[in-house]
Amino acid sequence: MAEEKKGFSHDTIERNTLLLIVLILITVSIGGLVQIVPLFTIESTIEKVDGVRPYSPLELAGQNIYYREGCYNCHSQQIRPFRDEVERYGHYSLAAESMYDHPFQWGSKRTGPDLARVGGKYSNDWQVAHLVDPRAVVPESIMPGYAWMKDRPLKYTDIQDHMKTLRIVGVPYSDEQIASAKADLEAQKNPDADTAGLMKRYPKAVVANFTGNKGVTEMDALVAYLQVLGTMVDFTKYQSPKQLQQ
Amino acid sequence: MTSATLTPGAALGSQRVSENVRYYEDAVRLFVIAAVFWGVVGFLAGVFIALQLAFPALNLGLEWTSFGRLRPVHTSAVIFAFGGNVLFATSLYSVQRTSRQFLFGGEGLAKFVFWNYNIFIVLAALSYVLGYTQGKEYAEPEWILDLYLTVIWVLYAIQFIGTVMTRKESHIYVANWFFMAFILTVAILHIGNNVNVPVSLTGMKSYPFVSGVQSAMVQWWYGHNAVGFFLTAGFLGIMYYFVPKRAERPVYSYRLSIVHFWTLIFLYIWAGPHHLHYTALPDWAQTLGMTFSVMLWMPSWGGMINGIMTLSGAWDKLRTDPVLRFLVTSVAFYGMSTFEGPLMSVKPVNALSHYTDWTIGHVHSGALGWVAFISFGAIYYLVPVLWKRSQLYSLRLVSYHFWTATIGIVLYITAMWVSGIMQGLMWRAYDNLGFLQYSFVETVAAMHPFYVIRALGGVLFLAGALIMVYNLWRTAKGDVRIEKPYASAPHKAAVGAA
Repeated sequence: MAEEKKGFSHDTIERNTLLLIVLILITVSIGGLVQIVPLFTIESTIEKVDGVRPYSPLELAGQNIYYREGCYNCHSQQIRPFRDEVERYGHYSLAAESMYDHPFQWGSKRTGPDLARVGGKYSNDWQVAHLVDPRAVVPESIMPGYAWMKDRPLKYTDIQDHMKTLRIVGVPYSDEQIASAKADLEAQKNPDADTAGLMKRYPKAVVANFTGNKGVTEMDALVAYLQVLGTMVDFTKYQSPKQLQQ
Repeated sequence: MTSATLTPGAALGSQRVSENVRYYEDAVRLFVIAAVFWGVVGFLAGVFIALQLAFPALNLGLEWTSFGRLRPVHTSAVIFAFGGNVLFATSLYSVQRTSRQFLFGGEGLAKFVFWNYNIFIVLAALSYVLGYTQGKEYAEPEWILDLYLTVIWVLYAIQFIGTVMTRKESHIYVANWFFMAFILTVAILHIGNNVNVPVSLTGMKSYPFVSGVQSAMVQWWYGHNAVGFFLTAGFLGIMYYFVPKRAERPVYSYRLSIVHFWTLIFLYIWAGPHHLHYTALPDWAQTLGMTFSVMLWMPSWGGMINGIMTLSGAWDKLRTDPVLRFLVTSVAFYGMSTFEGPLMSVKPVNALSHYTDWTIGHVHSGALGWVAFISFGAIYYLVPVLWKRSQLYSLRLVSYHFWTATIGIVLYITAMWVSGIMQGLMWRAYDNLGFLQYSFVETVAAMHPFYVIRALGGVLFLAGALIMVYNLWRTAKGDVRIEKPYASAPHKAAVGAA
């Protein structure tokens, strides 16, 4: 025991507040440093895969509604590499797929199903009907209804500020993407618009008038976000798990 | 009579203070009132969201009342509002006595911390309901509220550590080691997990610097150590002061206190990745998280033994003092949930338990059994002292509270064990033809009876808290209930002679 050693005893620490503070700070810092710092320095932490792109302006607005409503309290976005999960939800999740999520939305509880690959699994109409009244389409569901969201206009006057802020924290939005943000946002909700530029900047974005409303509503944004989840990486290109190794 | 020699580090300084010294207690009283108030609010919010899961119509179709917005209100109300005010009250009460010194910065600073912390709580809860959140569990407040909390926390740290530094007692008492580790580490965690860039200085929205896998690691480094340092180290500080005081016995082992303290604070920090098993977090980090979580079992049980064995020679008091029963049962629950935690951190177990209600049950055996029970014990101890009453209004009511709450906890955690393990098994069940046997929503439907039982457990726990409110209110008024006193134990004479 420390207090039996010559020249040092725990008694010294108990008499010296500053020494106690310094030793506490050292003791509680080690674990965090060892676990967190290498995640930024080891290159293999995030796989190199094609297809993962920053969210389109409408998807980004939808993700912010997902955060706002606390969807992460009941839905995970992280498929574990188990047979049943891969069959139920799709390919297990890669670190690369959430690299533009500030913060991550992996979740910790599945009161509802995992949403990591919900994109394209249901039609736009189903998603809207389900959000408006979950029990109208899934009678056993215990999810809250979001009917009020369907017709509420989306506030997107500051969408460029959001993208500029995300660029500061590391999301590679180009000047062009930021300059055309409002036009892109409106185009993604309008099937009649010229979407060539949008699709070039944001491949695989789902373009639709999701809610059937004239203007862009909050539910349009949320469904656009849900419909892109898990669809960015083309897993048919990666036959061997070796190619996906971290 | 306490005849055991107190080792220097384990001395309870207050025993040596002259009779006429009155420490600063106005702010402590305020913190106790707030703790009781927020406890009831937090339990009520918990009961409500539990009922929402059983009866989804209770989401009411309004944006402010959905489960997604109310669940953070519940978690923040119980952890930071109830737990936080308990920690402020107990730490600022005991540090004066164990240091034989008035609060550094005086009563004014303590009251300043009180009002601002509780304003922060109200603003945070309002912000969740209105839809302002960072989208991270237990770290929901947006950047401006995070900054506000940082200022409050620094002032609290200055007050507590300043009192320790100016102490008239030669040694720093063990409870204060834990309180200091709690205060310092929570500061590091809070700042580390909230490095954000606001979209606009006039708006609430911000984005954190880290994303994806790094964001997950930082969040659970924070999240697990909010448990480890806020809900464990801080409340162990309560244990090391209030259990010996109430039992009128010295801490069981001074040496165990030292080992307990340093190993606990060293190992806890590593345990975060067990929230991320089988995710895209690299395997090496998951393995570290699991290994250290299992090791954490040892200091946790060392602390439990130190707390429970403090009753050596005073076991009979469990029969006659329901306040001590709260304190000791809390330490037993601490032992139970710190065994369950390492078990669930083992990867194959976690493969089943993760994402299910088992986790929720585990959290509540710790939160209700350990954190809330030791808080109730400390509050029952403090109120007669702070309001200068000779005794509580009623010890019988304390006992009713104890049993009501205990039955509530048992209903809660057993319901969650069954529903969690059942749902985990249903998710992975295959039929004879090799297809998944259950659709997801079938597993949701199967949860219903257990969600009802869980809500009932919550109602009992809330009812117990309301009994406490009544008892404390009558105590503060100076009333004493006419009731059959607890008989002293028949063997007391024999034990007392030792």
